[in-house]
Amino acid sequence: MLRVVLVDDHRMFRTGVRAELGDAVDIVGEAEDVETAVAAITATRPDVVLLDVHLPGGGGRAVLDLLATRLPEVKFLALSVSDAAEDVIGVIRAGARGYVTKTITGPELIGALTRVADGDAVFSPRLAGFVLDAFANSPDTPSVDEDLDRLTQREREVLRLIARGYTYREVAAELFISVKTVETHVSAVLRKLQLSNRHELSRWAAARRLV
Amino acid sequence: MSAQSDLEQPGPRRVYRSAEGRLLGGVARGLAEHLRTEVVWIRLAFVLLTLAGGIGIVLYGAFWIVLPQRVAADAPPRTSRGFNEHQVTQVVAFAALVLGAILVLQRLEIGRIGYPLAISLALAAAGAAMLWRQLDDAQRTRWLQVTGERRAGIIVRMALGAALVLGGSAFFLASRSNFADAGESILAILVVTAGLAVISSPFWLRLVAELTAERRERIRSQERAEFAAQVHDSVLQTLAMIQRHVDDPREVGRLVRAQERALRGWLYRPPATAGASFKTALEELAGEVEDEHSVEIDVVVVGDCPLTEATAAQLRAAREAMVNAAKYGAPAGSTISVYAEIDDGAVNLFIRDRGPGFDPDSVPADRLGIRESIIGRMRRNGGHAQVRSTPGQGSEVFLEMPREPAGKGT
Repeated sequence: MLRVVLVDDHRMFRTGVRAELGDAVDIVGEAEDVETAVAAITATRPDVVLLDVHLPGGGGRAVLDLLATRLPEVKFLALSVSDAAEDVIGVIRAGARGYVTKTITGPELIGALTRVADGDAVFSPRLAGFVLDAFANSPDTPSVDEDLDRLTQREREVLRLIARGYTYREVAAELFISVKTVETHVSAVLRKLQLSNRHELSRWAAARRLV
Repeated sequence: MSAQSDLEQPGPRRVYRSAEGRLLGGVARGLAEHLRTEVVWIRLAFVLLTLAGGIGIVLYGAFWIVLPQRVAADAPPRTSRGFNEHQVTQVVAFAALVLGAILVLQRLEIGRIGYPLAISLALAAAGAAMLWRQLDDAQRTRWLQVTGERRAGIIVRMALGAALVLGGSAFFLASRSNFADAGESILAILVVTAGLAVISSPFWLRLVAELTAERRERIRSQERAEFAAQVHDSVLQTLAMIQRHVDDPREVGRLVRAQERALRGWLYRPPATAGASFKTALEELAGEVEDEHSVEIDVVVVGDCPLTEATAAQLRAAREAMVNAAKYGAPAGSTISVYAEIDDGAVNLFIRDRGPGFDPDSVPADRLGIRESIIGRMRRNGGHAQVRSTPGQGSEVFLEMPREPAGKGT
């Protein structure tokens, strides 16, 4: 069974998630700030960490900065009420493999956790929108690394459908490809999002921070 | 302004000194307003009382000290530079007052007073008047708020007033004795004054500190009051309504979503940007539909553009599509997805629901919603609409509106 650590500073919320997940996963630990999160994750080595973006002591980002490279086998799924683009892009670039909002339903959350544990990426419609915005096609901008700095036409199509509210399965049906191929495309986008040094990306995030 | 609200409240009317149109302290004008007569009668009465043994001046002085000053909220700010006609009149009035006082005193003092005393009295009175004017109610409240040049101006004027008072006293002392002693007398006055200043300085410093602290506390409590009002009007009201609707999950969900949106808007939205942006308009629209139909609408927007006639029409079509989705296509717990992508060429809008779906070809001709409000409206404004639906898999409305070439729209 999937071993999960819950990290959120609101105990009420952790209790709620625990109840929603039920017996579908094995919750091996809980934490409420950066320090306890690092301790719990290091001690239990879970498959997936459900990580709140906003945490006392530096935020979910600090946890990722401390652990993402040290424990490569632990996958992180970011979770937030925040719609702020820089928070979301920030945790993804720090190493989270996906982002979901706190309004997600129980079954959807279980699906997302499983997908992340399998090494795939989880894109909510909102995250897909942010990525499309960040990688907006501007033909005259010089690119440092063509492979990393641009999305392919196919990746763009996949993201667009996710932004429209399609599930991976529906995206696959729409584009006449397999679900596995959809997952490959999404993972490729995640890699670009994490590794690209495209200066628009930082400039884009900086501009959003002002809002 | 408590003085203003006092006026509006029923109860005994209070007398104030007037801040506008005054010649001296505004006493006469204030009394005239209170007694509802012409100001000239009051002034005349003061003059007559003064001539009748000087009681008028004493009365006027007493009123000046006792009555609070009222400043109208919409009074034009006093200009600091240059004299206008009214100020010239004021100066003349002051001079007349001082002169009158001297003459009265001369008469009282059985002819033995002499000019030295008159001059020193005049100097001291002018200095005192200057100081008092600076310490008028209105000025005093402003004292802590003004900075820089104006503050320097006030300090200079107060110093000048103090110097005049001291000078007047010194002149009086000098005239009493011979001029050789005058220097010593002045020195003595200065020493005593300095001593008084040193003795009372802790008091003054504490007064200034207390005023500053009080002002800071007032600002803080105002902010707290505003915050409390906001929380009360929004969060507490919503919580109260939720308690009344605990048995109705749809209503509770609607209340929570509306409140969350309002709170987010209050906390994070920059105050001035709302208005003509397509993105903002779409988000507001989705919020309205959420509230009216108790559904959840997830809006994702990529890019943005100003609202034009065509895109506004597109938004109206989108609203119709959202309402349709909310009515027919949103089983409890499901979400309506709205996605807008704006690029240089067009605005593309997708509204997707997860309802039962329907066969678009079998929509009866009288269903105006889709045929007229969505497809027809888009076509009339130069765009096009497409409805896709598969029974059992929900429906999706696609609205495409080409953007006007850059430069033409602006």
